[in-house]
Formats: sequence, C-alpha cells, structure tokens
Amino acid sequence: MFNTIGEIILLFTEFLRALPRAWRERQKVYEQLYEIGNASLLMACILSIFIGGVIALQTGPVLVERGLSNAIGGLVGLSMCKELAPVMMSVLIAGRIGSAMTAEIGSMRVYQEIDALRTMNINPVTYLVLPRLIAISIALPTLVVFSVLVGWMGGGLVSVYNHSISITFEAYFNNLSEMVDLKDVLNGLIKSFCFAVIIGLVACQQGFETIGGPRGIGRSVTKSVVNAIVSILILDYFLTRLLLFMDNKP
Amino acid sequence: MSTSAPQHTNVGLTVGELHKSFAGVPVLKGIDLTVAPGELFVLMGPSGSGKSVLLRHLIGLEKPDLGEVKINGRSIDDEALRDECRMAMVFQSGALLNSLTVGQNVGLYLSEHRLLPAEEIEQVVAEKLEIVGLKGQEDRPVSELSGGMRKRVAIARALVMEPHLILYDEPTSELDPLSALTIAEEIVELNRRTGATSVVVTHDRDLGLGIADRIGILFDGELLQVGKPEEIRNSNHPLIKKFLGVDFRLTNTNR
Repeated sequence: MFNTIGEIILLFTEFLRALPRAWRERQKVYEQLYEIGNASLLMACILSIFIGGVIALQTGPVLVERGLSNAIGGLVGLSMCKELAPVMMSVLIAGRIGSAMTAEIGSMRVYQEIDALRTMNINPVTYLVLPRLIAISIALPTLVVFSVLVGWMGGGLVSVYNHSISITFEAYFNNLSEMVDLKDVLNGLIKSFCFAVIIGLVACQQGFETIGGPRGIGRSVTKSVVNAIVSILILDYFLTRLLLFMDNKP
Repeated sequence: MSTSAPQHTNVGLTVGELHKSFAGVPVLKGIDLTVAPGELFVLMGPSGSGKSVLLRHLIGLEKPDLGEVKINGRSIDDEALRDECRMAMVFQSGALLNSLTVGQNVGLYLSEHRLLPAEEIEQVVAEKLEIVGLKGQEDRPVSELSGGMRKRVAIARALVMEPHLILYDEPTSELDPLSALTIAEEIVELNRRTGATSVVVTHDRDLGLGIADRIGILFDGELLQVGKPEEIRNSNHPLIKKFLGVDFRLTNTNR
C-alpha cells in the first residue's frame, strides 16, 4: 500500500513538472473533456434526480409530521451541494471514467505503446496523464454543479407531488435559497476538485503499473476503482472537517 | 529539420559487463559488445536467450543490474544524449498507438515535438508510407491492419525520426517469406542510405546471415560468438552449429 501511495505522489510531482505544457496539450484536454461528458452526463442526471428525490422522500414526511415542512428545501439543498453531489458524482466518475483511464493506459503499457512513446522521447506523463488529469479536474466540479441543480429539482418534484409531503415549489425553493449559501456550493466544488485529482492519479498510476496481459488489465481496473472509492470516502471525512473548521473561523 | 536528406551519423554502441535478472532468474550474464558507427549488427539466438531484453537495454527501456550501455562513450541515461542522438525502435508487435490512425502514428514524433507544421508532417508521412509500400493508407485505423502492415507502419514511424540508431526487435516474425524479404531489403536500404547504426534482433537465420555486417550469437544470456556472417556460418561452436543447422525434416513420424 505504501508503495502505491509513494508512486502516486511521484506521479503527481511529475504531473506538476509537466503542467507548464498544459496549453500545448489543450487539444487532448478537449478530447478528454468530451469523452468524460459524453460518458457520464446522462448517468449523472438520472443519479442526481433520484438522490434529490430520495432525500426529500426520507426526510419530508418526518419534517411535515413535526411541522417543519418549510425546512425540506434547505435540507435537500445543503445535503446535495455539501455532500451527496460531490461524493456520488466522484464515485460515478471513478467507476465510469477512472476505470476507462486505467484500462486504456494499462493496455498501452501491456502492448508496449508506452515503451514506443519513450523511444520517441515523448514523456508518457505529458502525453497521457497531463490531459486526463486536467480534464477530470475540470469535468468533475462542473458535473457536480449540474448534479446539484438536478438534485434540487428531484427533491422539489418529490416534495410537491408526494402526498405525505405536498408543499409548493415556492415554499421549497424559498427555503432552499434561504439556507444554501454560495459558500456551501463552493465547499462541494473544492471537495470534488480534490476527488478528481485523486481519481485521475489513482487511475493513471494503476494503468502504468499494469502487467500480464488482459487479465492484468482487468486486475488493474478493479484495483483502480476500489482504491479511488476508498480514497474518496476517507478524504471526504478529512476535507469535511477542514472545511467545517474554515467555515467556523471568524 | 530535414526529413529526406541522407545523414552521415557517427553513433557507436558499447555494452560493458551487462547483467540483468528478473525475479532472481539471470537473463543477461555479463554481455560485452561493441557496435561500430553505421554498422548493421544482428543479434541471433533461440527464443528466450535474452535478445529482446538486451535490445531494450540498448535504448534505455531497461535498467541493468550491473554494467553499462554507452553511446559514443556517454551513458544511455544521459538526458542530453537523447536530444542529440535520435534513437528509434521497431517493436516486435509494432507497438502502434491503437487510438490513432496510421498517419497519426507515423507522424507522432514530428507532431509531438512540434518539429514541422501540420501540412509538412502530412507530406513527410505520405513519403515514408510510400517507402514502406503503404501509400494512401494514412487515414486507416491501425486496428484494421495485418501483422505485416503494422510492422511496416512501425518502420515508417522509425524512418520519420531519421534516427542515428535504429533497433529492430524480430522484424520478420509473423511475416510470410515475401513480406519478410521486403522488410529485410528495407532494413539494409535504410542502413546504407542514412548511415544509421542498426541492431536487429532475430531468430531467423536467413535474415541474420543475409543482411548483417556482423552477427552476435546469444545463448542463455551469454554472447557465444561475434563475427562476420561467414565466420558465424563456419563456426565450430557446437551450440551455434546446432542452431544454424536445424532443418525441418522430421525423423520420428509415421508419414
């Protein structure tokens, strides 16, 4: 495990060294952004509407029973932007995009394509890692903003049309806008940016470590997804503590 | 950068006391070798004798456990050497980038290093593909190519670099005799035309004896003999005689 962490740190330093070449690699960044968006937007939409909906469904009747129906909007709003959208979208991207990155780089490693790049004096980190990491760091926070908005809509729909809640859209969104600050949305974006870097690094590192043909590629993909999700959940706790500490600072 | 003018390069290779083991199993056992500038050197030996591992050391893809590889007296690990001395390798599988087209693969070195504008890269790519007999195939995905075509694209990709040192790993494996002959002619022609020092790894006796200036015979991680093709053909070493004398007349069948 420490070996893997060390390699991820090394890969990150190589990425930082390659960062000044980011503008030159912008075409590859656009291609990656397109692929990430294409592969995850619909899934993110479906996931977010149901996450928002289920929070409203679980909490709405209890709040209504206690005469707190006006708090539903705020509850859904804060849960979505501070926790659920960043974490769920990151898990989705780790599974959908991180796995694809590992598979692609892993197969390039197994079939000597990365060796071929090295013989042409092309740095594989600049060629492969740089555009992927930049693209995922842009795409995931963007996806989180999208997910937050769709999740709020999902929560609103359930709050209005579910018989045991039945509040108006106006009441729902008034409460939401009262409770949710720009700072809360920024919290989620900071988290998702950190998760994106972790997903990209774990996926690329596992790809570079791949050995042993198709079975090796499968093993790397599994490890990549599991390691990324575990890292996201652990990091989430510490980031939440840090962000709460920053929030409470005068 | 000129992409068609002949070069008169001066790249010599020296391998000294090279040792390499994988998981405790020795693969190279103290290889000493010198390849003169402009020479076409062929490394021959049976499968598993360490030829490809040695070749990977020559271009810096493997780090030796002991010993060193030098180009013109400078270590292969010298970063500045990589900028001054262009090295290319034609992999056994071709190692083409599957996500790119034939043309993008061939022009990759030029486009990634921004050596020429896009229109000129297209011209160079077309020129190199014509040399290897794949004129007009620029837009084909490499996944559609046969084994022989992949090898030829890999050679075209190496040609684009105008290398000072070019390494071939089993360039004729998986090829029919006619395609193998075309590739062999291409290797010799490239060596004569550009003066690039060439190292070819093969277990194909006909190819080795047919194209080499000198041959090194590798057996079980050790270099048994280095010499001109005639010297190798007339070698008295029992293992070399056995390796070169194999024929396919089966003695123990009911046919």
